[in-house]
Amino acid sequence: MTVVQIIFVITAIVTFLAAIMVVASPNLIHAALWLVLTLAGVAVLFLLLEAAFLAVVQVAIYIGAIAILVIFAVMLTRQVSTGLASQVNRTWWLAAPAAVILFAGLIVLFSQVAGFQAVAEPLVKEPATLVVDLGRALVDAQGYVLPFEVASVLLLAAMIGAIVIALPPAPTVEEKGA
Amino acid sequence: MDVFFRDPFGWVSRTWNDLLTGLGLSSELATLLLQLVGAVVLTGIVLTLSGVFLTWLDRKLSARIQDRLGPNRVGPYGLLQSVADAIKLVTKEDITPDGADKVVYNLAPLLAIMSVAGLWAVVPFAPQLIGTDLNVGLLYLVSIGSIGTLSIIMAGWASNNKYALLGAFRTVAQLVSYEVPMVLALIIPTMLAGSMGMGDIVARQRDVWFIVLAPLAGLVFFISSLAEVGRTPFDLMEAESEIVAGFNIEYSGMKFGMFYVAEFLHAFTISALTATIFLGGWQGPGAAAFPLLGLVYFLIKTATVYFILTLIRFTLPRIRIDQMNDLNWKFLTPLALAAVIVTAVADKAALEVGWSRTGALLAANGAVLLVTVLLLGRHARSLRRRLEARVVRATGS
Repeated sequence: MTVVQIIFVITAIVTFLAAIMVVASPNLIHAALWLVLTLAGVAVLFLLLEAAFLAVVQVAIYIGAIAILVIFAVMLTRQVSTGLASQVNRTWWLAAPAAVILFAGLIVLFSQVAGFQAVAEPLVKEPATLVVDLGRALVDAQGYVLPFEVASVLLLAAMIGAIVIALPPAPTVEEKGA
Repeated sequence: MDVFFRDPFGWVSRTWNDLLTGLGLSSELATLLLQLVGAVVLTGIVLTLSGVFLTWLDRKLSARIQDRLGPNRVGPYGLLQSVADAIKLVTKEDITPDGADKVVYNLAPLLAIMSVAGLWAVVPFAPQLIGTDLNVGLLYLVSIGSIGTLSIIMAGWASNNKYALLGAFRTVAQLVSYEVPMVLALIIPTMLAGSMGMGDIVARQRDVWFIVLAPLAGLVFFISSLAEVGRTPFDLMEAESEIVAGFNIEYSGMKFGMFYVAEFLHAFTISALTATIFLGGWQGPGAAAFPLLGLVYFLIKTATVYFILTLIRFTLPRIRIDQMNDLNWKFLTPLALAAVIVTAVADKAALEVGWSRTGALLAANGAVLLVTVLLLGRHARSLRRRLEARVVRATGS
């Protein structure tokens, strides 16, 4: 086993256990923190694939923004730290086999994709050109410019929506008169 | 000996490799060990420097600004005062409050230190002396910095204290929002250098520093990183007079010490980053030939920025929370956005038409600054008018 493989196995185990703890932890804040660990594990996996840009973006966006928003939202809900609520509801015995079947089905499907068992070849390109390629692909008409722009419009709409929600209510007639 | 001065860091790594491979280790393992030792030595030096020297400097400077003497009892000029304080912190009782979430509570100070020490991995101290020259260096800075936010929210929540939680809320509101202008300001050096790697950014500043090409970006980056550190005037998260000490109120002994050191180290780090990204890093006369000279230039620039930072800290009062939000969303973010667009256009236009790049960018920045000042002036006048109207109404009735 090479060093990279050892790191991969350790990361995979940690990520997997953390992902289980996200749903198994009775304390919501703890679940959110386990989620942070899971996301960090995914970032390490990106790094092992020599996708430094994705790894860094994963940390910046998922841990730096989304996980913190999740923690914030959990804090605003009531009785977060009691941990008394049950983890499962009455239909868990239906959900568990469904999840297992779905997972098995995905594995079967993916195993039929060509290249599933191929060993990844080391990248021949310079790391610096990878970022340049990514940037060009995002704004290239032959690349992903349309999805990129659509996503931008979506985000813009969400931002304007947030501003509209946060606007102070318009003064009523009585308030205007006063 | 000439080899040592021409290429000191290559010399160290070669000597180390020869030594270990001579002992029978493989070359790969020797390199790994060298990197580990390098990381430990680097963080050790930086941590000691910030923990011992910077705290002393801070006290001494603040004392001078406030017309006092500052520490002058322990050691010459009170230099050993911080050592005494560190020993005091270590020997203090380590208290965990009742009802605290123990694991999260103990993890938070570690993460705080880690998030700051991690930033030093991509700082180029001198030619060839850089932890790792990531091709996404600037983004790495942003992402590692966000772990610091996480540590503060963890500390605030796990302490089981309302003041700590209030501090954490304020912190998140401030840090998350000031990340926006910071990232926008970082786009400009990326555009000018054509790379996000810190090594490249320093290399492209050989002729002109980026502070000349993009003064507005430098200013926005400096202000928003001041807010990221959470020092006066942006110290809402630990405002003593409002929420006692904010997120670290329950921490005692060395765990408090870790937050304290993390804050100092963070302030020093943003000085180093400002020096690297906008002031040319290790660039200076003769630095390319003698790398150790580059280290000296880098430290001088960093120290200068740190001095300005300390001056600001002890000159300005704390801003209110609404002013904090206004400054970010109504001033810094639009300014940074405008600067990004104008810089991109001016840079490209200068390239196409053949103007001098420096002149075009300076003119563009000047135009943005002029518009900003005009708009700010108009805003200030309208505010004053509204205030006067209120006073007149209050006295008239």
